[in-house]
Formats: sequence, structure tokens, C-alpha cells
Amino acid sequence: MANASPVTMGNQSRFGALLGRFPFLPALIILIVLLVLNGLFEPNSLSFRSLTGLVRTYMALMLLAVAQTYVVYAADIDLSVGAIASLVNVTIIVLMQHLGGGGLSVMAALGVGVLVGLACGLVNGLVVAALRLQAIVATFATSIFFTGLALTILPVAGMPAPAAFWRTYGGSFLGIPFVFYCAAGLAILLYLLARSRLATQLLAVGDGQQAAFQSGLPVTAIRIGGYALCGVFAALAAFCITGDTASGDPLVGAKMTLFSVAAVVLGGSALSGGFGTVVGSVIAALIIGLINALVFFAGTPSHWQNFVQGLAILAALMVGILVSRRGRR
Amino acid sequence: MSRVIDVIKNPLAVALALIVALLLLGNALSPGFASGQQILRLLIVAALLGIVAAGQNLVILGGREGIDLSVGGVVSLSAIVAGNAMNGMDGGIPLAILACIATGALFGLLNGLGVTLLRIPPLVMTLGMLGVLQGLLVVVRQGIPSGRAAPALSEFVTRPFLFGLPGILWLWVAIGLLMAFILSRTVFGHRIYAIGSNEQAAFMAGVPVRRMRVLLFMLSGVFSAIAGLCLLGYSGSSFANVGEQYMLPSIIAVVLGGTPLAGGKGGYTGTMAGAVLLVILQSILTTINIEESGRQMVFGATLLVLMLFYGRGRGLRA
Repeated sequence: MANASPVTMGNQSRFGALLGRFPFLPALIILIVLLVLNGLFEPNSLSFRSLTGLVRTYMALMLLAVAQTYVVYAADIDLSVGAIASLVNVTIIVLMQHLGGGGLSVMAALGVGVLVGLACGLVNGLVVAALRLQAIVATFATSIFFTGLALTILPVAGMPAPAAFWRTYGGSFLGIPFVFYCAAGLAILLYLLARSRLATQLLAVGDGQQAAFQSGLPVTAIRIGGYALCGVFAALAAFCITGDTASGDPLVGAKMTLFSVAAVVLGGSALSGGFGTVVGSVIAALIIGLINALVFFAGTPSHWQNFVQGLAILAALMVGILVSRRGRR
Repeated sequence: MSRVIDVIKNPLAVALALIVALLLLGNALSPGFASGQQILRLLIVAALLGIVAAGQNLVILGGREGIDLSVGGVVSLSAIVAGNAMNGMDGGIPLAILACIATGALFGLLNGLGVTLLRIPPLVMTLGMLGVLQGLLVVVRQGIPSGRAAPALSEFVTRPFLFGLPGILWLWVAIGLLMAFILSRTVFGHRIYAIGSNEQAAFMAGVPVRRMRVLLFMLSGVFSAIAGLCLLGYSGSSFANVGEQYMLPSIIAVVLGGTPLAGGKGGYTGTMAGAVLLVILQSILTTINIEESGRQMVFGATLLVLMLFYGRGRGLRA
């Protein structure tokens, strides 16, 4: 970089090594600080009940952030994750309605939902990797298309989800809230994916497309794979949105797209690709949730809340980037 | 033969050809679509988008993943600032212009400093700034009324001014000429291409890279603010988040105009054509009698097809 400031090594190198191994460390520290602050302002916010609520509400953003991370691994970006989530949300709602709302129909709808997410991801992958369109504008174009599809399926928000579905998502099983089973399942899934060939290949492509290509990797196929994985996770996010809001809304995910990008960066992944951490993205999604909660608990006047949230997220982004860069030197 | 291919590969030529084709198509679908009045109305809307895209274009040309996602926030905020500064009176216009430019420059400066001093990627910095701006909009709208446009400003945007064209179109033409002059004839313009294509080399050659980049973001803020002012004149009063619709379309106009997101090459003339193209496309879709859902699907698919004409990356070679 042309105007890089002189690098001071020395006692930072140990911190650097630690960061290299756990790139989500800055995010984790921010998370803990936020938890403590939340506890100070509103002791009740650290109760099991409120933490369950936090996870339940932000599970969708966690999954969307994970979805975005796999694409960012390969130095791509997906501005359609929110639209995919909306599309899957209305698809499963309408399917569950039509199939009667029983347990079996819910399972069938979820299966279709995953397939829809996968298909959307494949479309993105084909457009960006095979047709070589620029990711930011191309996935914005596909997001318009997906939103159009969602509006075709359900023109206005409001169709309710069958009780069996949201009662399960919001309920408990053997005394443990259902979302924690989701979280555990997610953890196992992420662990397996972290060891998968695709994740490594995505990182290799992100590190240097040309180099990856010259060492024989099928770059186009790998990038398509990244987008497909992203689509599937966006579908999973849609399940959580549906469980949380208990209704269908063709525009529900739109606002979450940019948050998913922010979460990826906040978590310690590099937008330039080749370096990333899904754990960081999950933590960062919780950070965004905690910032929103903290602004509320701190007694901010209601019309100032958005502004303070915006400032806090910007500040967190800056701190996260500055600290993780220092570590990577 | 090679000359034909050159023309096909020239984004400006493609965009102009598509504009003519779309106008013909629109006129076939609904007679009167390509009438003088209609085209004038389309051009006014395109001018608003085009002015935002001017700043976006500069930031993108400057390279290093340059992009400004905060333009929409600045447009909305400056519309409110302007509305309150003039509050329906012509006498307040100079103050409104100054206040708008100051607002745009301030947020551009903050973006630029974040990108250069803290070296935050532009996408992240401007995304964060967008969040702050959206919050600020809520605060501002709570405290003060939204304000009204002065009659002279509305007239400038919507009524014929010179040779039958409203003032905003002359303003857009002036901005176009200015951009073309800056980019092709001035040291500043050449330096933009230099830092966009190879920052390291430009730095070695003595280009003040950081200052340049801060300036580009400030210009982007100022252009967005001017667009916000004009938008106020167009709609009469400002309403919440009017600018949101400009964020990604401004980027698409730049890309359709033949400036790759990687920066370093391209220009504003193509972007102007890109803005007109986008607006005509949207207008055609509103004239066809289909559901909103179908309209969006056609719009998204058409954008993808348009991008296929140009703006494709290079293939990988061993």
C-alpha cells in the first residue's frame, strides 16, 4: 500500500499471532464489553430469558452473515441475500398454508425452501462467476428479480404461519429453548463446513484468483459453489425469520442485506477475500443485536435511537478493522 | 470489420443505441411515449440520477474498491436541509445552496478521512455512514418540519428556462462538460485515472494520493447534495428517505456507462447515457400494464442482460 504507516512490531507480535489464530477475537471482546454494558444499564437483560430472546431475534441475521461470509471468502459479495430470504419466507408460508399446516407439510415446505435458496444461489453464481458480471451490481439486479418473484408469490405481507411452526421455533424442548438447538446445529454445521474442501478452495480463490486458477482449481465452479452455499444459508435464515415473525412478508429481508455485509466485516473477515471467519460473523450479528438493545436500555430518546445505533455500528466497524489489521501484519 | 467491433465495444455507442431502441419500443407500446414532453420529463428524472452518479463515478474512477453507498443518505438529508433553509421563499435559495454544499462536503470529508487515514474499505465506511445518515434523518425530521421548496427552485427544475429546456437540464449539461474537461484536460483528472489504475505508481510519481481520495469523496457528497436540492425542487417538499432510491442505481448508471467498478478507466459521458437508459427502462415498465411483481422481475432481468453487453470481467487464462 502506498501510504502505509510504519509498522511497529515487537510486543504486538504475540497479539498478532493470537489474532492470526482467532481472527474473531476483536469481535468477541466487543461482544463481551457490550454484554457488560447491557448488564449495567439493565441487569434483567442478562437473564436467561432475555438472552434467549436476543438469540431468537438475531438468529436470522447470524445465518445471513454466515451466508455472506462464504461469498466474501472468495472476494465476491452478494447483495441479494435479503431478497433470497424474503423469497424463501413467502414460499414456505404459502406452501404451508396450501398443504394444511401439519407437521409433515411444514417439513415439505422447508425442504422446498432450501431448494429455492439453492436455486437463487446458483443463479447468482452463474451470473457472477460464469458470465463474469461485477458482483455488486449483478447481485443487486438479481435481488430485484428475486423480490419480483416474492411479490408474485405473496403480493402483500400478512399471511400467517401455521401455529405448529412458530410455536416450535419460539418454544422449548426438554426444558431448553428451541433456538439453542438451532444454535448447536449451526455450530456443528459450521465446524463441518470449516473442514470442507469447498471452504478451503473458496479462500484460495479469494486469496488470488489467477494463482488458484494456475494451480488447477476450477475457479468458476468454486465461486458458484460459494454462492450456492450462500443461498442455502439465506434459506435457513428465512426459516428463522418466519419462526420469529410468524408471517409472510415479500420485503422482510431487504433491510438485512447491508447488515449482513457489516457483520462480515465486523467479524474480522476481509472484504478483499482470502481471509475470513464464520465464527466472527456470527458474533458480529450478535453485536449488532446487542448494540440495538443497549441503545434502548440506555434510555436514548426514541427518535435518537437510529442515529446512535448507526454511530455505534460505524464505530464498532472501525475498531474491528483497525484491530484486526494490526494483528494480521 | 474491426471498426464495427470497436463501435460495439464502445459503451457510449451501445447505451445510445439502446436508448433509441427503448424509446421506439416505448412508443410502440404506448403511443406518445416518445413525445417531446415525455422525453423532457424523463430527462429531468435522469438528470437527478445523473448528478448523483457524477460523484459516484469520480469515487469509482479513483479505484481501490472506491464506492459510495452513502449518496442516498446525503441526498435525503440535503433535501431536508435545503427545505428548511429556504422554507418556500426565493430569498432563502442562496443560503440553501450553501447549506447543502456544506452538508455534502462534510459527510464526504468524513467518508474520505475514514477511507484514507483509517484505511477502512470504502464499501464499509460509506455503508456505516449510510446508517448514521439514516439515523440522523429520523432525528432531524422529529425536530423540524420538512420544509418546502421555493417557487424559483421548482421552476428551475420543472419549467422551461432556455430553448425550452428546464434549468436542471442545463445544469446537467454543464456538469457533463465540466466533468469531461476535468477528466481529460486537467492534471487533477489525469491523477484520478493514475490513482485508479495504479495507486502505488501514482504515489511514487508524487501524486498526493490521500488528499486526492478525500477530495473525490467530498465531491461525491457535494454532487449528491446538489441532487438533493434539485430533488426538493422537483417534488415540492422533502419526504423521508427520498434519496434511498439513488444508492444502487447510481452505481448501475456508472457501470452501464462503461466505468468498471475496479476504477482507472471510463468517463462521465457514458454514465450520463447510463442514467438516461435506466430511467427510460423504468418508465417503460411503468407504462406497460403489468403487476408490480412482474415489473420488478423484468427490470432485474433486463439489467443483467444490459450488463452482459459490457462491464464483464476478463476471463482467466493459464
